[in-house]
Amino acid sequence: MQQSNAYIITFSVILTVVLGLLLSGTSQVLGPIQKKAVELDTKKQILGAVLESSDLRKMTSDEILAYYDKRITSKVVDIDGNLIEKDSDGNPIIAENVNVAKNYKMAPEKRQYPMFIFHKEGNPDAVEAYIVQVYGAGLWDEIWGFLALDTDLNTIAGVTFGHKGETPGLGARITESGVQNRFQGKQIYDESGSFQSVVMQKGEGRDFSDDLHKVDGISGSTITANGVNNMLRNYLQFYSAYFEKLRSSAGSTDLALVN
Amino acid sequence: MSTETAQASVKQAEPLLSKRRRKFISDPLVDNNPITIQVLGICSALAVTTQLQPTLVMAISVIFVMVMANLTISLLRNAIPSRVRIIVQLAVIASLVTLVNEVLKAFAFDMYKELSVFVGLIITNCIVMGRLEAFALGNKPYDSILDGFGSALGYAWIILAVAFFRELLGSGSVFGVQIYDAISGLFGEGFSLATNGLMVSPVGAFIILGLIIWVQRTKTGYVEH
Repeated sequence: MQQSNAYIITFSVILTVVLGLLLSGTSQVLGPIQKKAVELDTKKQILGAVLESSDLRKMTSDEILAYYDKRITSKVVDIDGNLIEKDSDGNPIIAENVNVAKNYKMAPEKRQYPMFIFHKEGNPDAVEAYIVQVYGAGLWDEIWGFLALDTDLNTIAGVTFGHKGETPGLGARITESGVQNRFQGKQIYDESGSFQSVVMQKGEGRDFSDDLHKVDGISGSTITANGVNNMLRNYLQFYSAYFEKLRSSAGSTDLALVN
Repeated sequence: MSTETAQASVKQAEPLLSKRRRKFISDPLVDNNPITIQVLGICSALAVTTQLQPTLVMAISVIFVMVMANLTISLLRNAIPSRVRIIVQLAVIASLVTLVNEVLKAFAFDMYKELSVFVGLIITNCIVMGRLEAFALGNKPYDSILDGFGSALGYAWIILAVAFFRELLGSGSVFGVQIYDAISGLFGEGFSLATNGLMVSPVGAFIILGLIIWVQRTKTGYVEH
């Protein structure tokens, strides 16, 4: 009896339904907790662009969320540097919820670009750094990151990178703080004000401290480094209109004007 | 292992941890270790062992999956049609692994990010299916739990040993606590122990694992036939 086709099919159906219910039930129960974990992770990455990773690791989840609320103001801009507050359906857009991967599939003119403004506690006008979100393709899969610019909108205050599937020990090293710190102090515009971006070089171990646009590379991960370079070059240009607006209003002390 | 597939003779009130049952746990630790003797589950042993902390999470996940899978299959062993038993085993393992993955995502997101793909790969870990096929299908639930626990423990201690040496030599730390820095501090400024980059790459795991297998086989005199 056990070997009859009817038995096998019945057994399989029951097993599938039971396992399916178990898994979807778990997903339902854990969903909200997972959403919070993802949100915390995003905020950690954003803060990672302006804080030392060792300091960030010492903070508890609640401390990180509280710190984020006190020090970060976020907004969303379009490619022309104009503020977007509502999407086409009239729903408010929240910078932290902008799905950069989904936006990446659209034309650059149609994307939403989140901006995270790192400011002194309690005073959103006392800006310390502007953090932008970048996204692109590595060797195997997507890579992303947050890049913080000083108030001169030129010098890099810090970066954090993330990746989905780069090779451990090679391309995956873009998440190491040792690699990310190499970007600090580099500049994205040259003296004449034209855009240069920052470029990770091939090979590793050379000293680029006297070149403001070159960064020491990662040995064995040229393609991931190229991905990082393209991602930075693309997104810094997408944000440049907004930077321009910020800069032109920098003469007036009230930065809130451009906001 | 002919003893595994043979049905255990039913005795009256066998002690919970009788000699026969203790063997289920002790056997896979050394004499029949899934990694060093059967050389199964090497993929994850290489991939997750650069640091002790993710390795520990991985070890616990594998213990959970193996115990629960062995229990489930053993409970169902008389109902599972033999023609589809492999796919049934796979479905049970895959569901358990997905559960572990979801729990990690909710409560240990950093670990989830670090381990995600390798937790998923527990599904293809030959140790798990090997035990289901060789043991759980023919034995009672309690014995199967012990067997799964033993095999998983045999896997766990090896990957933890590999991770210990890799983290110590490669990153100079143990469970994230900097050991090399502390030692260097004792000898004053200018002295620093160099970490070995090779240990961080998968090659380092091969070397450590090879050494462990070598030492073990020297001691036990095990020879492959």
